[in-house]
Amino acid sequence: MTVFLQFLIDVLSLGSAYALMALGLVIVYGILRLVNFAYGELIMVAGYTMYLVSPSGLPWLAMAAVAVLMAVVAGIATDYVAFRPVRAKSVTAVLITSFAFSTLLQNAALLFISPRPRNVPLPEIFSETIQFAGVITPARNVITIVAAVLLLAVFSWLMRRTVIGIAMRAAATNFTMARMLGVPANLIISTAFAISGLLAGVVSILWIGRIGAVVPGIGLEPLLIAFIATVIGGMRSLQGAVLGGFLLAFMDTTLNFTLPQDLLKFRDAFTFSLVILILLWRPEGLIKGPATGRRT
Amino acid sequence: MLEVSGLQVDYGAIRAVRDISLTLAEGELVTLLGANGAGKSSTLMCIAGALPASAGSIRLEGTDVTSARPEAMVRRGVATVPETRDVFPDLTVDENLRLGAYTRRADAKGVDEDRARLFEMFPVLSERADQPGGTLSGGEQQMLVIARAMMSRPRFLLLDEPSLGLAPTIVDQIFDMIATLKRSGLTILLVEQNASKALAVADRAYVMRLGKIEAEGTAAEIAAATDLKALYLAG
Repeated sequence: MTVFLQFLIDVLSLGSAYALMALGLVIVYGILRLVNFAYGELIMVAGYTMYLVSPSGLPWLAMAAVAVLMAVVAGIATDYVAFRPVRAKSVTAVLITSFAFSTLLQNAALLFISPRPRNVPLPEIFSETIQFAGVITPARNVITIVAAVLLLAVFSWLMRRTVIGIAMRAAATNFTMARMLGVPANLIISTAFAISGLLAGVVSILWIGRIGAVVPGIGLEPLLIAFIATVIGGMRSLQGAVLGGFLLAFMDTTLNFTLPQDLLKFRDAFTFSLVILILLWRPEGLIKGPATGRRT
Repeated sequence: MLEVSGLQVDYGAIRAVRDISLTLAEGELVTLLGANGAGKSSTLMCIAGALPASAGSIRLEGTDVTSARPEAMVRRGVATVPETRDVFPDLTVDENLRLGAYTRRADAKGVDEDRARLFEMFPVLSERADQPGGTLSGGEQQMLVIARAMMSRPRFLLLDEPSLGLAPTIVDQIFDMIATLKRSGLTILLVEQNASKALAVADRAYVMRLGKIEAEGTAAEIAAATDLKALYLAG
């Protein structure tokens, strides 16, 4: 029972982080049909913002808010710098500019800050542990779960109950038709990037809560996780991204609990094998996403 | 109200519309006939702002709107019902309608009134208000897209093949509805393959063939023209 509870908390907390990562990636993909490879750098931007504002002596929550805000700004900047100027031209061009923007941000961090890890201030609670029902777990796991539940609830309310949310769901199915109803393309795309930045900012703080420091390449792993989670869950579905995140966390955690010590370092190989199996079974991901509504 | 002159639309190297000109007066229902691939839909989508014009001009109420963005055209009072029907399948019927009122979202009261009025006009949509749009039948989806277009309170409606793929009784219903919309003073450009149905409701007609306008006249004149079938078959 205790082991099961421990397992459950691990899956839920890791899955919460993965789900938020995946959602931030898929919200832009759904509308532009393009993977934003600079997504990992939004996480990096939030991390370095935390590092840079740490001498200011602001309360930690205020610093975290500034960091998330900077990730949102960086998200919108991605749209203006890398996407908007070439969006109408070709998909390949946008793909390359998103890689270029990612490299640019990473190199800026290398050049102006340092290639070495920089410590990020974290409040006491991130290193404390919580004990209940015989289970000892780091408090940050519980924080991650709570943060994800809150964000997913707000996100789901936004997408279902507000006109802009409905417009974003519509734009993800059929962008041209949404525009022909008067939904402005630029507003929708910028909003998607802003939400992506917001999720990246929160993910960054939760992620750094696990590793304690920021490096220029910090965004790579979250980007990869987000990408795999969305591929499993279905690239065109928001629910799929969340499901994919939790499923990936479930696989990772199961392998952590069951693999013998000397095989544990090959955990990712096992995870990816399972991902391949899932894709052989469901090439479009678990949740297909809306049909385009087009007649043949 | 609408004045198209010398319009040309290209898809890459393919010229879909070649130097066509047409006009619509306020309150008029004009139909654009022709076979598959004659360039009717391209003309309509270009007016809607969804396709760029390669040459020529489109003027709406005296203002040049050539290659305007689709969202700008909606704000000018133009609503479009494309051939592909394009219900948002995972949005509920109600959400589809609410989205149709995007440009007037500040006017919550007016939007609610229009919604109630449209639900009264289309009881089947009211019954299915909370169902995803994708679960509706073809005819219901067609009603939904027309109702959705009306939610923006347009003064000018672009209708592309509303009868395509629908059962004859549903087609009759759709055309009754188009006649009702016309009586309410709406200016309508109707693209159709079902020439006899379209000519029965239209004031005037243009016949397109291979991207050009081959004939124009009042609905009665075009209906009386003996070479109508030939135009279609040769298309």
